[in-house]
Amino acid sequence: MDENTTGRKILSLVLLILGLVLLAAALWMDITKTYLVVDLGVKVALRGLFLVLGALLILAGLYYIPTVMHHRTIINIIFLFPLLFTFAVTVIVPMFVGVFYSFTDWNGVSYTRMVGFENYAAMFKEAAFIWSLLLTVLFVVINMLLVNLVAFLLALLCTTKLKGVGFFRAAYFLPNLIGGIVLGYIWQFIFSNVLTTILNSPHSALASTNTAFIAIIVVYVWQYAGYIMLIYINGLATVPKDVLEAAQIDGANDMTTLFKIKIPMIAATFTICTFLTLTSAFKQFDVNLALTNGVGTVRNFMGQRLSNGTQMIALNIYNTAFARDMYGYAQAKAILFFIILATVSLIQVRISNKREVEM
Amino acid sequence: MKMKTSRVIILMIIAILLALYILFPFFLVLINSFKNQAAIVQDPISTAGASFQQFMSNINAVVNNKNFVFWHAFGSSALVTIISLFLLAVFGGMAAWVICRNKAKWSTVIYMVFISSMIIPFQVVMLPLIATFREVGKFVGLGMNGTLPGLIFAYCGFGGAMTVFILTGFIKGIPYELEEAAAIDGCSPEGTFFRIIFPLLKPTIVTVTILNGMWIWNDYLLPSILLGQSNPNKTLPVAVQAFVGSFVKSWDMILTAALLAMAPMIIIFLIAQKQIMNGMVEGAIK
Repeated sequence: MDENTTGRKILSLVLLILGLVLLAAALWMDITKTYLVVDLGVKVALRGLFLVLGALLILAGLYYIPTVMHHRTIINIIFLFPLLFTFAVTVIVPMFVGVFYSFTDWNGVSYTRMVGFENYAAMFKEAAFIWSLLLTVLFVVINMLLVNLVAFLLALLCTTKLKGVGFFRAAYFLPNLIGGIVLGYIWQFIFSNVLTTILNSPHSALASTNTAFIAIIVVYVWQYAGYIMLIYINGLATVPKDVLEAAQIDGANDMTTLFKIKIPMIAATFTICTFLTLTSAFKQFDVNLALTNGVGTVRNFMGQRLSNGTQMIALNIYNTAFARDMYGYAQAKAILFFIILATVSLIQVRISNKREVEM
Repeated sequence: MKMKTSRVIILMIIAILLALYILFPFFLVLINSFKNQAAIVQDPISTAGASFQQFMSNINAVVNNKNFVFWHAFGSSALVTIISLFLLAVFGGMAAWVICRNKAKWSTVIYMVFISSMIIPFQVVMLPLIATFREVGKFVGLGMNGTLPGLIFAYCGFGGAMTVFILTGFIKGIPYELEEAAAIDGCSPEGTFFRIIFPLLKPTIVTVTILNGMWIWNDYLLPSILLGQSNPNKTLPVAVQAFVGSFVKSWDMILTAALLAMAPMIIIFLIAQKQIMNGMVEGAIK
């Protein structure tokens, strides 16, 4: 036992020291700009290799520290480290950096000055952005109603004792498996070639702004309703059978059962589904990009002629950064988008919870 | 509850019509991949002009296209998805267990940060993410932007919150006595996790993997900004976008590409239909 402890102590010390030496070496190379490159199939900077190896050795060294009392704490640190580290670098740090950049004239690489609230003020004067914002709100409202209605009706259909209900569920869910980019192009084909052939009209629905907007809604409902349907089916399955039977014995017809028993009993499911449709419709990007790429003429909005008639806010932010190279400005728009989304979803959850309690 | 026959028939007809409507686009993709551009434009809904030979030549053209490079893109997508899912399951399980089994201020704070981060839309961190990755990459000397390891790293970061959220909910339900018994028998904490807790997590890991898998496989925005359209290792959705951009209105090529891009997901769905549908629901209601 004692020997074992000594062995572990030496091992742990060696690993810790080796790790620290590697880290120090990496730091030194970084400061002195000794950019050595080693070839391991792909070219890797030596200091990067040292840094990663050093970190791993330190973690291993920590693991072998011969202590019973603190072992649990050490394990906690080692177990949390990988996920917290990636999470910090991809979400937390960019979040704070992003808030900062939204107050600068950042061009994606560097910034020359702080501009205060200029970016935020500018977006409210930009007709194209206001249009995107309002269009997104309209899109969200329509979709929240439509997706939930369609999905709920599909769920009712799929909970009857029809033959082959399993097949119908799978078929209705199928569009949800495919990414928005691929779906967008398939539907672009349908609107611009198939529908024009069926209706024998020379005009594609995507050619005019209003019908193109409707087209995006059609595709979105088609893609999303099957998923929401599954959640409603799950909710409807939780309604106890004996309650339904009791209602039937009391002479309640199907409509009464639906409105007085089923719907009130799955109020929680409605909350989840509205939340899901709300947030995902707000963030809609892929279908928008692939189906219309935001194009569409608006003759007169705030005294201007716009060419981004079907552009939702997510695509607007994307284009502001990557097509117009205004990163700081795009970042400010993104922050506003976040504030709106957070506020709306918080209000939605509040209202739904209140109503659930009342029911 | 028995239904009248007439009602059953009406409902059945509605169900079938809906299924036809919903599956119609898939049918169109399939038949038109067997035709050439002229035949597609002339009549997109019939099978006139469809031949197996044309199908093979379409597939060949798409697979060997230098903007698409199907097998390469498929390989990148598969590699990124599988490694990210594996890491998320292991790291997520480890983190969720630590958060769940330590009733202290720090664990609650970490948990709350994870949960509240789930509402952050990707657009907010998208631009600073590129900058952060560039700076970290420069400091570390390893490429983060434009490489698959960088992309996998990002997926571990973005998927972490939901993974921890769902797994913690499950671990709470595992009796703590199990771990105490293991500790009395001389099992170390890490041994307890990997030998006892992790195997018990299996059903929830399946749920998490399905949710993350659907997201990662179909995700377009993150790989498109981290890798770029012209990256040789681009994933499938990015490859489709790059490919379509190079073939304006060549529907024979575009639809065949769509068919190839959809095929893996549909095949997996046909095999594991129940699990996927259950997983999607469980992930949503938790």
